[in-house]
Amino acid sequence: MEFKIKTDEIRNDLVKEVEELSNTNVFSCYQCGKCSAGCPSVPYMELLPNQVMRLLQFGKVELILKSNTPWVCASCFVCSTRCPKDIDIAAIMEALRQIQLRKNEDYLNLNKVPDMEGAKELPPIALVSATRKLTA
Amino acid sequence: MKISYFPGCTLKTTAKNFEISALAVTKELGIEMVELSRWNCCGTVYSLTSDDLMHQLAPIRDLIRVEEDGFNRVAVLCSMCYNTLKRANLMVQKDSEKLDKINDFMYKEDLKYDGKVEVVHLLTILKDEIGWEEIKKHVKRKLEGLIFAPYYGCLLVRPPEVAIDNVENPYIMDALFEALGARAIDYPYSTECCGSYNTVSNPDIVLDKTYEMVNLAREQGADAIILSCPLCDFNLEARQKNVLQKYPDFHPLPVLYFTQIMAVAFDLPQDTFGFKYNQVDPSYLFVKNKEKV
Amino acid sequence: MRIGVFVCHCGSNIAGVIDVKRVAEEAKKIPGVVYADTYIYMCSEPGQKLVEDTIKKYKLDGVVIANCSPSLHERTFRNAAARAGLNPYRVEIANIREQVSWPHEDEPELATKKAIKVVEATVKRVRKNIALVPPTIPVTKKAMVIGGGIAGIQAALDIADGGYEVYLVERDPSIGGKMILLSETFPTLDCPQCIETPKMTDASQHPKIHLMTYSEVDSVSGYVGNFKVRVRHKASYVDWSKCLGCGDCVTACPVKGIPSEVDRGLSDRKAIYIPFDQAVPLVPVIDADNCIKLKYERKISEGKIKRPPKPVKVCEKCQDACVPKIINFEDVDKIEEVEVGSIIVATGFELMPIENLPEYGAGKIPDVIDGLQFERLLCASGPTAGVPKRPSDGKIPQSVAFVSCAGSRDPAHGVAYCSRVCCMYLGKQALLYKHFVPEGNAFIFYIDIRSNGKGYEEFIQRAKEEEEVVYIRGKVSKIFQRGDKVVLWGADTLTGERVELEVDLVVLATAMVPSAGAKELASKLRIPTDTYGWFQEAHLKLRPLETVTSGVYIAGADQFPKDITDTVSQASGAAGKVLALFSKPELTREPTIATVDTEVCAGCGFCEDACAYEAIKIDPRRKISVVNEALCEGCGACSAVCPSGAMTLKNFAKSQVFDMVEVATEEYE
Repeated sequence: MEFKIKTDEIRNDLVKEVEELSNTNVFSCYQCGKCSAGCPSVPYMELLPNQVMRLLQFGKVELILKSNTPWVCASCFVCSTRCPKDIDIAAIMEALRQIQLRKNEDYLNLNKVPDMEGAKELPPIALVSATRKLTA
Repeated sequence: MKISYFPGCTLKTTAKNFEISALAVTKELGIEMVELSRWNCCGTVYSLTSDDLMHQLAPIRDLIRVEEDGFNRVAVLCSMCYNTLKRANLMVQKDSEKLDKINDFMYKEDLKYDGKVEVVHLLTILKDEIGWEEIKKHVKRKLEGLIFAPYYGCLLVRPPEVAIDNVENPYIMDALFEALGARAIDYPYSTECCGSYNTVSNPDIVLDKTYEMVNLAREQGADAIILSCPLCDFNLEARQKNVLQKYPDFHPLPVLYFTQIMAVAFDLPQDTFGFKYNQVDPSYLFVKNKEKV
Repeated sequence: MRIGVFVCHCGSNIAGVIDVKRVAEEAKKIPGVVYADTYIYMCSEPGQKLVEDTIKKYKLDGVVIANCSPSLHERTFRNAAARAGLNPYRVEIANIREQVSWPHEDEPELATKKAIKVVEATVKRVRKNIALVPPTIPVTKKAMVIGGGIAGIQAALDIADGGYEVYLVERDPSIGGKMILLSETFPTLDCPQCIETPKMTDASQHPKIHLMTYSEVDSVSGYVGNFKVRVRHKASYVDWSKCLGCGDCVTACPVKGIPSEVDRGLSDRKAIYIPFDQAVPLVPVIDADNCIKLKYERKISEGKIKRPPKPVKVCEKCQDACVPKIINFEDVDKIEEVEVGSIIVATGFELMPIENLPEYGAGKIPDVIDGLQFERLLCASGPTAGVPKRPSDGKIPQSVAFVSCAGSRDPAHGVAYCSRVCCMYLGKQALLYKHFVPEGNAFIFYIDIRSNGKGYEEFIQRAKEEEEVVYIRGKVSKIFQRGDKVVLWGADTLTGERVELEVDLVVLATAMVPSAGAKELASKLRIPTDTYGWFQEAHLKLRPLETVTSGVYIAGADQFPKDITDTVSQASGAAGKVLALFSKPELTREPTIATVDTEVCAGCGFCEDACAYEAIKIDPRRKISVVNEALCEGCGACSAVCPSGAMTLKNFAKSQVFDMVEVATEEYE
């Protein structure tokens, strides 16, 4: 993808909202890649966690929200635990999810869960956590 | 000793084997686990946004219930409940403003939460307050020859502030296996995520992971994977049949809660093992006086 | 009183805000001022010439320069005055730039009025200035260098070649430091044993160098030019003066399995050992913690075992094998006190232990090693004679992964700084590995590549282009064992992929940290350390080799990680400082220091407590305060705290301060 870097996009309001919701400073990230290296969901992500951080530094929040990355994140906290700059990347993913969810745009539709047959056996812990994370 | 006990939803439904074995084992060790007289779902996940207090109400309400029952400590079995309750607790202990807001919102409660409850996982109680030596004394049927893969998942060890042991190389379950006479493998996936709630939205992720993780455990010689979380159990055990559909070369492996193997080792009545709730039948591992299958 | 006032325009820095002509006019009205004028750049040569000429022409006995901060040009104008025959301490600076024109640039009228006040206050101060003469202190023209690595050796050689005696103190049995352990140095691929051993030999043979190996500094007292150092010569249990270096004792010793320090734990040594074949001096020492006989003797002396009635011969195989019979089991530590005029600290670095990196195996995976261990595997005099065999099974690895920044650049779990040399040495190690195993695969996981020395960038490109070392851009998240291979989970941020790599051996570039015991040594020498424990330099840019304690200098990696080039440069630089110190017959110090009025002083001791430089002592017999002129830095804390006013700071007496305060607190018209 190619995009123009616009100076007024950097640290725009959406980025500031992400920073505030997650209590982080996106410019702390020096792109070491350790988050992406340890993330278990990376094979299924369109954007890697370190790429998400990079796009945030350029102010491209909309671009991130078009990808599936925040929705495939399992909130396992490996990224936040191992980040050398102590950036809570898991919280950033949550903030990105919330920005969309708070517009009342769900990611998960419980009526259309993949593998509907198996879904009948889903334990409460799975349903509650999925709806909490992926629906408004 | 007496301690209040928070089961969480899943232990009462699909993870009954966890509760049955845990209560039997703790009784044997002289721990009286008093289930909270009233409790609600903890919420399963700790909300990570700085402005969200709505999702903190559920866990804090449970901690109020603990104090209402006259306890200042609560034992938890399910890793997700443990993580959520503990993180919510730590948050209100650090931020009195948020605690005030939560208390004000729940004005109908009889008690205001004061942040004084300690949330503790059963494994910590076993290690610090019972001790492995004491546990050895209750072992009447050594699990000799059995090799287990300890699986902590994410939420028992991350973030570091709630970790029950060393974040990267936890040892607590290995020590438990040794006390029971069994052996642990050095399992590289022991703190890797099982896929969590993706089992609802993107189950393929879970299937691929389970395939990898179970295969490696078997390659390293494990007879079973031992864990402490009903969601991990669903992903690693119940989903094995879906894995078989996707990967025909997959061989199932038993997955058990740590309290189940303790129940076997303590030679408690068979109905306390809870094996009928396991999707991959583990009973062949524990056949007395017979060779392992 | 004949005082001259010179007001500087400083281009437009001062004159752009302040009406300098008016300031000069007002200054002329102050009693005692016989000359006041302005000039555009006082600090220039013509400006200084103006001062000199005016002093002579008007026979000035005091000078006030109204210009920038004294930290910039106080010395300039004091020197100018001295050249004109006026005592330099009758010159003071009135700072009307940093303190007036810059902060008040929006209020020129007020600024001008303030400048007039500042000048007046300074004139009143200068009126009472004493024409001070700097005190002199004698200098012992011998130096001590603590640390016998390449920095210490170079510094000692430079000082000795300069004609002065040097004590070179090293706590290991041999000098050589970390450099002697390396395989080849970047970017020239020199063999460090070949280039360092000649220097080590020079150091041991130089008539002016007193080599003190297996010794440590016990305590340091005194001050610049006059240090007294107590050096502890540890018991070696061998009479080195008669030792032939034959090594028969080592062969005979039955105690095995002690991890070798030199081989960084990759091989074992005996209880009696010579560290390595090119050791200087080439003599053995006995490790008392592991020697059978010495342990036995110690247990008896501690009362844990009873001494048997008849003497029992506990292992003395080394002595039995020794032809000149020079082993002495009754040896003890000896303390030697030496007097030196200055000290250079060159204690080098250590590597952060792999145990600190839990996600990389916490030291439990045998085939995950650190940079220095891999150096030993590549080194011809190392435990595998230069064949890179992996620790677990001794096989030559067909694939090696090198991991950068293991602990460095990691404020959350390690240290925040960059260890500077790792990018280069990993590239070198990968290159050397490929030389040995051309069909093998070398991977380097990196975040950035720092190759900013002479020939460094070309070297890295050579590793990439000619040796086909594969560089993967991403920090490694986890390392674990799978079967007989080691697996790394990393990322390549450039292609946007997570990477799983299975290799035979992993080399971690662990962070460089200060040597063990650095903090304790720093407190003995009274020099500060920074947050990480590195010795603190006096000024990072302009005085990197000096410490705030006069006479104590630092050189090499003990100040901060650096490579051999920079280390040797610093060592010679520090030696230069010492030679400069020794070049004068005596040391002069700034005379603007504290002084005691002995008639008034009651010996209460508040000043002694207040002094941060330990420059004041209460004389127990006379019960008055005594200021050590060599240590006093003129900070004034003692004078402020003195309840009787007996302690004053020369040329900054209380009456002078009050005079200035009176002017400063006058109402503006």
